[in-house]
Amino acid sequence: MGRMRLEKTTTAHRCVGVSSASRRLWCRLEIPSDLNRVEEVEETILSQCQRYSFTDRDLFALKLAIDEAFANAVKHGNHCDRDKHVRIKYRVTARRADVVVEDEGPGFNPSNLPDPTLDQHIESTHGRGILLMRAFMNNVVFSPSGNSVTLTKFNDAPRNTIEHSIAFG
Amino acid sequence: MLQDAARLKITRDDDVVLVEFTHRKILDEANIAEIGDQLVALVENEHRPKVIISFAGVDHLSSAALGTLITVNNKVRNHDGQLRLCNIHPQIFEVFVITKLNKLFRIYPTIKEAKESFEPLNKQSVI
Repeated sequence: MGRMRLEKTTTAHRCVGVSSASRRLWCRLEIPSDLNRVEEVEETILSQCQRYSFTDRDLFALKLAIDEAFANAVKHGNHCDRDKHVRIKYRVTARRADVVVEDEGPGFNPSNLPDPTLDQHIESTHGRGILLMRAFMNNVVFSPSGNSVTLTKFNDAPRNTIEHSIAFG
Repeated sequence: MLQDAARLKITRDDDVVLVEFTHRKILDEANIAEIGDQLVALVENEHRPKVIISFAGVDHLSSAALGTLITVNNKVRNHDGQLRLCNIHPQIFEVFVITKLNKLFRIYPTIKEAKESFEPLNKQSVI
């Protein structure tokens, strides 16, 4: 499976060392535990989605879900330790985008979280990230240990638009 | 993180404080802590504040931003004030609906309608 690293240059980020043995390419990023780095992750993945004409609504949803998953990985998984990394694996095709976000923490049980929409929790200042991921993605699957989450969004663009973007994009 | 010092545009019209965001990514996860501190400090200095937060031009909102808005709302209530939100993009409004925070906050389409919704100081009770 291929590995892609983002290296910081004076003007931009560049991708190096891309390779893949699989027909449907999975790309990997490894990002230090820094919330400021989420933007480059989103731009990298969403630019791939734009090639396949994902709708604005899909792009909004993906940005939101990646933001929440990355923030959870940095804050709750890696406890903002910049020596730890968030590992991201993503695959974008004409039909769907899959994004895996993994931290170096021990994980957690997502089924133990309180429902933030209940009256007794409605004024809580945290605990809505996973609710939003599940609402905006088609699938959200946590690994058994809970330190990795897979986000899946299907491309809602009309088929003729997708085929045009593949042919000419 | 945004480096621009002027992240919030704050204007006053009589006793109403209008808060606008100067950057469309202002409510991203990386920026929200500092914005929250500025909003709380703003409310701390007011007696019975009437605050409108306009989301015009904001195209993204994290769950951390929702938490910050709840903190600001609580602070406004503690000062016997009123908070109104307005100009929320439909996609972002969906975030409020999913989290049911559209029931907690008083949200209006425009600044004008938000301003007209304030209760007179002698009648106001909560938010």
